[in-house]
Amino acid sequence: MSLGSVPLKYKISIDREQCMKCMRCVDNCSYGVYRIENDKILIDSRKCTACHRCISMCPRDAIMLQEKPVDYRSHPLWTAEAREDVINQARTGKIILAGMGNARDYPIIFDRLVLDACQVTNPSIDPLREPMELRTYLGKKPAKLEFTKNDGDVELKTKLAPNLKLDTPIMIGHMSYGAISLNAQLSLAKAVAKTGTFMGTGEGGMHESIYPYQDHTIVQIASGRFGVDINYLERGAAIEIKVGQGAKPGIGGHLPGEKVCSDVSCTRMIPLGSDAISPAPHHDIYSIEDLAQLVRSLKEATEWKKPVFVKIAAVHNVAAIAAGVARSSADAVVIDGFRGGTGAAPKVFRDNVGIPIEAAIAAVDQKLNDQGIRNEVSLIASGGIRNSADIAKSIALGADAVYIGTASLIALGCRVCGNCYRGLCPWGIATQKPELVNRIDPELGSEHVANLINAWTLELSELMGAAGLNSIESLRGNRERLRGYMLDEGLLNVLKVESVGA
Amino acid sequence: MEPLVIDAKGMHYTPLNKMIREAVASGVKEIVLNNVLGQRFIGNGLRGDAKITINGVPGGDLGMFMSGPECEIFGDAEHAPGNTMDSGALFIHGSAGDAVAHSMRGGKVFVKGNIGYRGGIHMKEYEDKRPILAVGGTSHAFLGEYMAGGLILIFGIGQESAVQDRGIGSGIHGGEIVIRGDVNEKLLGVGAKKVAFNEDDLKRLTPVIKEFCERFGIDPSSFLDTNYSRIIPASSRPFAGKYTWE
Repeated sequence: MSLGSVPLKYKISIDREQCMKCMRCVDNCSYGVYRIENDKILIDSRKCTACHRCISMCPRDAIMLQEKPVDYRSHPLWTAEAREDVINQARTGKIILAGMGNARDYPIIFDRLVLDACQVTNPSIDPLREPMELRTYLGKKPAKLEFTKNDGDVELKTKLAPNLKLDTPIMIGHMSYGAISLNAQLSLAKAVAKTGTFMGTGEGGMHESIYPYQDHTIVQIASGRFGVDINYLERGAAIEIKVGQGAKPGIGGHLPGEKVCSDVSCTRMIPLGSDAISPAPHHDIYSIEDLAQLVRSLKEATEWKKPVFVKIAAVHNVAAIAAGVARSSADAVVIDGFRGGTGAAPKVFRDNVGIPIEAAIAAVDQKLNDQGIRNEVSLIASGGIRNSADIAKSIALGADAVYIGTASLIALGCRVCGNCYRGLCPWGIATQKPELVNRIDPELGSEHVANLINAWTLELSELMGAAGLNSIESLRGNRERLRGYMLDEGLLNVLKVESVGA
Repeated sequence: MEPLVIDAKGMHYTPLNKMIREAVASGVKEIVLNNVLGQRFIGNGLRGDAKITINGVPGGDLGMFMSGPECEIFGDAEHAPGNTMDSGALFIHGSAGDAVAHSMRGGKVFVKGNIGYRGGIHMKEYEDKRPILAVGGTSHAFLGEYMAGGLILIFGIGQESAVQDRGIGSGIHGGEIVIRGDVNEKLLGVGAKKVAFNEDDLKRLTPVIKEFCERFGIDPSSFLDTNYSRIIPASSRPFAGKYTWE
């Protein structure tokens, strides 16, 4: 018995009057939607992923895309997606893989939080005139400072832990070489070097083209330990242990063999075409004590010169877990919310496991404060940050800095089509095919990413100025500057935020 | 040059490692550590070609990220010796804990006695870098789990059968596990398969067998035959058939 085909996801049409047959759509589509026959451009809409590459390259705006062109009988429970997933799994008996972040329509807490501004009683500050301090230090802060006095000279006696110095509280999260292309990674690396911030290398080692920017990288060590050796650890400005990821908490990662080309194989130090399997747990971390051992092992190996971060996915008990991490000698805890992006994740995880970053930041910040150890770790938030307002709200909820991921890829062309796992990204981002990778010019790409970081930094200073704050530290954990709009009492209590009007 | 002798009694691991690092940097080729008792991270991230003799029982992550040096341990070792080791060697004249040679990328870990759970887990190889974990006694469960490359060799000296615990090579997608005698198929993990150990294999492994026996004063002659089982991946892509696209 045949199940037949499911309806098209997208329908592509060409306005033949507008079209001048320049063939850019044919050349640009790596999914094979367009072909030429008898001097006519033919369309196979079924292959379309809505990546918009053709649309963005069409000089005549002749291409139209329609989502879900075929209606199902409408039903509130049995959505088209629910029906199609069942059909897919009835056919294959397999786990459904999906790309990018959580695609379910959960309420977005960021959009139910509003920021404050000054009126009359305390003046706002004009960032054009007054210096705004956005410099952020990540790492342990001493509980107190001790000085020695020397004939009027004062010297610091307290030994300070190494910190990362950021010119803006916006960093780029970990996307490995392998998951993304070298030109994409290189664009991000150049951008963070230009803007005085940092990027994560992901779990995939460091390609030698990134070495010139290594002082702006945070090297990751994950359960697969790919590409990890002492040189790699020493290259990074900081080291991050990845325990979990917001897009797929509790499970590992598999880089499919197709993406393991010779350069990726060399950087990861695994054979060509072999799957790169990162197990679910680190097999030398089965407890919080083991985590402390790995943190200290990394510090010992790098002579206590580098901050060590620990990244966990935001899950139900994130606050208690983060408090445990804070006691492991880690210098920062990274919390990745359930909207975090990914190249590939089982859909059931991407859409159902974990909690939103907004609640996680507030819960972790509160727990660390209650236990008097907030100064022991910095708090980095990630997972679904779309604009400078999300950043301001994250910081007001208690984060020290944020990682952006998807947003930085959109700055390189990504249109969030979510087909990263297929390795055919027409924008040259999530692919290793040289002809596609070459579509990114790292110089130009880095300019776009740097523009984005600069624009958000400007907006942050404007928002701070309007709220009468001239230092990012005065915004940090300052929930008084937030109000909840149409949030329920339970969530307001978790966020420790008052309702609008209160 | 005279070996540098350090009395590690009551010392914390950080100053101990600092002394080792400074000695190696100043050109010392041989270091003897006495009274070692639980100090972790010895030789962590250490480069060079120094020889370090450890008298006592070192703590966890011995030789982690180590790149080059050779450590000989006259005692047992704790959790994860040879963790993510790059090159060099650990010769342990005793037994070792769990996750021995975890993610090891190159070099050798020889253990005269037994090892705990997850030995050789996620060992890898790349081109001429092929790590070796050799164990005189036996191993607990999940030996060579997720193994992606390299060689694990279990002699089973003093054991009725060399490995009696389950989950051997579960998720293995590269490398080989060689176990003295026959291995009950029921003990193999998902993705592992048992194949015959032939004369070519013996020829290939003879140098390793000889080196191991010589190091620990064992007569190699009784181990130079084909009475081994060889466990290899059923596929280099164990998860390829598990997923479908959205």
